[in-house]
Amino acid sequence: MAPETPLGAPAAGSTASDPRREGWLTTQLDHYVNWGRKNALWPMPFGTACCAIEFMSVVSSHYDLSRFGAEVVRFSPRQSDLMIVAGTVVDKMGPILKQIWDQMPDPKWCIAMGVCASSGGFYRAYHVMQGIDEIVPVDIYVPGCPPTPEGLIHGIIKLQEMIARGETRSQIAMKSRSLEEQGHAEEVARRAVRTLEEGRARAMADAGRGRPA
Amino acid sequence: MSAIDTPRGTMAADPSKFWGEAKDAAALEADPTVRALRAEHGAAVLGVEDFRGDLSVTIRPDDLLLVAQTLKIHPELRYDILADIAGLDNLLLDRTPRFHVVYHFYSTTRKKRVRVHVPLDDAKPAVDSLTPLYKSANWAEREAYDLFGFDFVNHPDLRRILTHEEFVGHPLRKDYPPDRRHMLSRSYSAYPGLEAEHEGRHTLVGADGIERVYVNLGPSHPATHGTLRIQALLDGEIIVDSRTEIGYLHRCFEKMAETHTYTQVFPFTDRLNYISAFNNNVGFAMAVEKLMQVEVPPRAVWIRTLLMEFNRIMDHMICIGTNLVDMGALTNFWYFFNPRERIYELLESTCGARLTVSYGRVGGVAQDIPDGFAEHARRVANEMPEFIDYVDKLATRNVIFQQRTRGTGVVNRENAISWGWSGPNGRASGLDMDFRRDAPYGGYESLEFDVPMRTDGDTFSRYMVRMLEMRESLRIIHQMLDRGVPEGPHITSDHRVALPEKNRVYGNIEALMNHFKLIMHGFSPPVGEVYSYTETPTGELGFYLVSDGSGKPYRLKVRAPSFYTFAANDEMLRGQMVSDFVAILGTLNIIAGELDR
Repeated sequence: MAPETPLGAPAAGSTASDPRREGWLTTQLDHYVNWGRKNALWPMPFGTACCAIEFMSVVSSHYDLSRFGAEVVRFSPRQSDLMIVAGTVVDKMGPILKQIWDQMPDPKWCIAMGVCASSGGFYRAYHVMQGIDEIVPVDIYVPGCPPTPEGLIHGIIKLQEMIARGETRSQIAMKSRSLEEQGHAEEVARRAVRTLEEGRARAMADAGRGRPA
Repeated sequence: MSAIDTPRGTMAADPSKFWGEAKDAAALEADPTVRALRAEHGAAVLGVEDFRGDLSVTIRPDDLLLVAQTLKIHPELRYDILADIAGLDNLLLDRTPRFHVVYHFYSTTRKKRVRVHVPLDDAKPAVDSLTPLYKSANWAEREAYDLFGFDFVNHPDLRRILTHEEFVGHPLRKDYPPDRRHMLSRSYSAYPGLEAEHEGRHTLVGADGIERVYVNLGPSHPATHGTLRIQALLDGEIIVDSRTEIGYLHRCFEKMAETHTYTQVFPFTDRLNYISAFNNNVGFAMAVEKLMQVEVPPRAVWIRTLLMEFNRIMDHMICIGTNLVDMGALTNFWYFFNPRERIYELLESTCGARLTVSYGRVGGVAQDIPDGFAEHARRVANEMPEFIDYVDKLATRNVIFQQRTRGTGVVNRENAISWGWSGPNGRASGLDMDFRRDAPYGGYESLEFDVPMRTDGDTFSRYMVRMLEMRESLRIIHQMLDRGVPEGPHITSDHRVALPEKNRVYGNIEALMNHFKLIMHGFSPPVGEVYSYTETPTGELGFYLVSDGSGKPYRLKVRAPSFYTFAANDEMLRGQMVSDFVAILGTLNIIAGELDR
């Protein structure tokens, strides 16, 4: 039983971002807030290994990440909203990664740069975490060992698209919390599932076309 | 496990001989080291070996401390550097006793090396600590304790160093599965009991009973460039005590090497010192070449040496660039990152990868250089001086920079030797040691270059040595380019290790089989052990390689220069300002991948 307000009456075949689903004001407000968020990412490099060196290349003069609105590198988790985990995270480092992630304010995003952060890479070993998603939620996985600077930039652009659509884990969780507070728990769950499914379908379609959307 | 999948080589029939092959006994006994040890400690010497020019002596464990003392102070020996300590588990070698500790000594005056094997008691693997004689033994013994579970009697602080405190077992023992993990539930401190006391406070009572400010730096800190962690107690702004904690990037290199074929180890070596990855490739390749006695063709040697020098420049650029950023001079970082991209392009043109190249192979390099490579290299080399000049003008004579770097983080020559320092850091402390000149390889003997030296041993000296070395590297590069690329193949024609040419693989069954065997099983070096070392931008990178005759290394111990440099950190920091700590750390050029392996 979906409540009629404040979500508005859903039209047949409409999607989450369809203005007909929600009140005009809420939708447009979200739209502009997300637009602001996506173009002012403040990365916090959690650089541990080789990928951190490539990250340095991405932010320095030749590749110049500032062209993509993610310029202000901050080493304090409290001042940043995008954690880029660049490099292998070993078991000894795990609790520290978690602690830093927890210190970042919502909404926050996480990019696993390189195969080590994504899956442990070729270190199938006694002291290496097999992907940071064991302990923190990841929005974007960038493959490569290390990824090329173009690869990381592509990952950031993808993240920006997800932020604009409100599809990232953090945004979904925030929306859910605010709706839960208003007592719409059932709708929250449905929305979260639907948003994730749509995102997955889009990703599959992208992969099927064999090129970025 | 490595020894099971491929047939093992034959072991020596005589159990006192480990590796089967010996030099002429009389010549061996005439070696000054053997003579001196026989004279001083006749009963302690269990065996003497010479394999591929490496002298190896087996010593009774009870006498180790006395033997080491003789090695260090005997006027004809003077092995003043304890270069490395490696554990060795003989479980799959059918050899008793099960554990050995292997010490590598180097004499800076005689430029000679000796390896000392100490067999340990199976029931209780313990041996005297060498910390009273060599400071470098401190961390090296902790590592052997951590990874093998050896007990070093009288070690001042024997606890785990690379793995975490909740780890169970000793991972480099042969019966430890490579992928058995132990999760760490919480972050912990090197000051025991700090967590409980530290709740909400920022002071700590030191050993002398005085309450001091406690500062934790790292392992995720902008100035630590990687995963280093230092906990310090401050008196005002002076560091009175500190504990350095490492292992936050321990990626199990040595265990991974034991579970992969020789060629598959190359990508792992890239990720040791990932800033100059190619130098590690060559270091490892040279160890295998020494073991298998493979000849490298001149063209491959030329490519290797040229790229190693470019990598040296790049490594020093990152070190100096990031060091200056930490001191607030961001411009230099941009100046040094631009030419670095040019070197990346050069590397990319040879193998397709920018950073982790995996371009080295046993017997040569992976593929030939592209057309026009020499012109490209010259163009890149010609661009470099401009950027080095910029930084030279901006920083070297800058008053603020000098005030912050002169006289801070001083390590004198004696300490540098005791800590096992090498490379630019050692040379800044007056330790005149450069293996390109002292033990030439890769054609360095025919090239003209100076080894820049400083004697102050402070932050500024280390900076200066690197600045000057970049120019020397350019000098080497220009000499090589003037001589031109030697003609010939890029990899040896020894098809024990090198893939046969493609047209032959498609043309006849022998070459096809050869190709198939090399790809599927790799190659199997003879039984034996070698130690091979090169001069990388961080210092002496050594590979101690033990082969059981199978297709995978039985044991591969890396002598990582950063590890021994960083071991001195706590001693260096005592009495320094906390604000200088950042500058000191940056100038040591600690690369976490190499430090923790």
